[in-house]
Amino acid sequence: MTRGWGLRIYALIYLVFLFAPIILLPLFAFNSGKIIAFPLQGFSTTWFEELWTRTTLHQAVQNSLIIAVSVATLSTVLGICAARAGALDDYPFKGSMIGLVMLPLVLPEIILAVALLVIISKVLGISPSLWTIIMAHVLICTPYATAILNGAFQNLDKSFEEAAMDLGESRWGAFRLVTLPLVMPGIISAFLIAFIISLDEFIIAFFLSGNVTTMPVYIWGLRRQSDDLPIIMALGTILVTLSIALLIIAEFFRRRGMRRAGIKDTGGLL
Amino acid sequence: MAGGSFMSTGGRRSLLLLLPPFVYAILLMAVPIGAVIAISFTGPDGFSLANYGAVFSEPINVRGVVRGSLETGDLSWTPGLLPRSVYVSVAVTVATVLLAFPVAYFISFHVSPSRKSLWLFLITIPFWTSYLIRIFLWKVILGFSGVINSALIGIGLIDEPLTFLLYNANAVIITLSHAYAPFAILPIFVALEKIDRSLIEAAQDLGENRFTTFLRVTLPLSVPGIVAAVLIVFIPTIGDYVTPELVGGSGGLLIANRIQSLFLQVNDPGLGAALSVVTMAAVALVSLIFVFTCRRWLRSRS
Repeated sequence: MTRGWGLRIYALIYLVFLFAPIILLPLFAFNSGKIIAFPLQGFSTTWFEELWTRTTLHQAVQNSLIIAVSVATLSTVLGICAARAGALDDYPFKGSMIGLVMLPLVLPEIILAVALLVIISKVLGISPSLWTIIMAHVLICTPYATAILNGAFQNLDKSFEEAAMDLGESRWGAFRLVTLPLVMPGIISAFLIAFIISLDEFIIAFFLSGNVTTMPVYIWGLRRQSDDLPIIMALGTILVTLSIALLIIAEFFRRRGMRRAGIKDTGGLL
Repeated sequence: MAGGSFMSTGGRRSLLLLLPPFVYAILLMAVPIGAVIAISFTGPDGFSLANYGAVFSEPINVRGVVRGSLETGDLSWTPGLLPRSVYVSVAVTVATVLLAFPVAYFISFHVSPSRKSLWLFLITIPFWTSYLIRIFLWKVILGFSGVINSALIGIGLIDEPLTFLLYNANAVIITLSHAYAPFAILPIFVALEKIDRSLIEAAQDLGENRFTTFLRVTLPLSVPGIVAAVLIVFIPTIGDYVTPELVGGSGGLLIANRIQSLFLQVNDPGLGAALSVVTMAAVALVSLIFVFTCRRWLRSRS
């Protein structure tokens, strides 16, 4: 690997570009100055302490957590259905049906947001609530869950399940006792990814939130108050730490799933 | 539906399993988009094209404003939001894919297999961290008294802060290129991984140098990945209204901001729906032209 040092330097610079915002985040969060600029003033945990006093924020976090847990559960279940179906026999139009399930991955979010707002408030006349956000988030999280679970299901050796059924297990019993444990790492990974996406999603939540405030909607509300910028940095530091921790756990389980299925891993989480 | 002898038992089970996510996508995506199309064609008394008339007659949406006159020759066109959004999305896509390709190439060809997943993991981490907060941070980085300006002044390269960094289309392009980086790197990486390494050795045995090998073997074989990367960056960027609003300034607002305000502030869902449909059509058209151009180019080579 002596060749390509130019590329290596480029790739490292690119990583710096990718990580620049995340590296700056804790610097400003622990900076005592009110203005977000260099030079840094001094170490302080004021901004984190102030997070505790914001009750509206606490309500928003609670809403976001309720939404994210429900979304992660529902989209993992739908993802299991889609990924399992993908690994079973073919039939006419199967490819296009799976394509439709995966489509939200590439649709512009504003289009989905507008469409859901129209159907929910203008056509059905339902007022926006936690539930409308959950329904919309399940739609956009299911493709991600499916993509991760596809890896788990497609690499599964079919003969395991057939052997269990030959030995007297029912189809469901064979799935529960043989397949499920084998794909469990993939399920955990899909759950965590759906959780992170839902927790962070803003564009659709803003359209459908009505009086309900989720955490990104709360952060959005602070955008014009420059006094609150350090608090956003503190909140961001907590969020980034949390999602990196969840990602490492998700990646750990995804790789373990790959190892259980006995294949070599070169892919990533996307 | 599942009847008929053409389908195996396994096929039927697979169809039954696929139904829940499929029906969900129909109910929450296909039906709502159908409703948007229906609303866009509805006026006060039933069917009407008035919304589409407004989309094309109001200068802000598509047409833009023409100033000056032909005689004096100082004609200038301030484009409407849709052409400008397409331009910004194309610029974001070109920047993202050009910057991403060498990284994908590096990971596929120069990183040892055992460390590839670590690199891919590192590249995806920023993508999974709070989207809004990342944009706020770009504001901090690019701002008047931001990181770049204070660093440049600190080392004495400039005396006055640079003002072209924030609150314009450049800022939108930088921020979005950052946000969509993994979407560009991963498909290109997958395409590069699929290339049979013996083809490259063969080309070099037949007298090509490294550069011509790249141009004549590696690059054409990676086109499917590039096409996927372009589409997966281009299509969603059109729908972003957060980045333009936070870093784009008054001149950087895009079509999604207009749609957002038509629905949430102005409360004109008919016009908003028509504008959404026109935007979707424009995105589809640009994407199709791109895909066909790539196909023709590939075919003309073989």
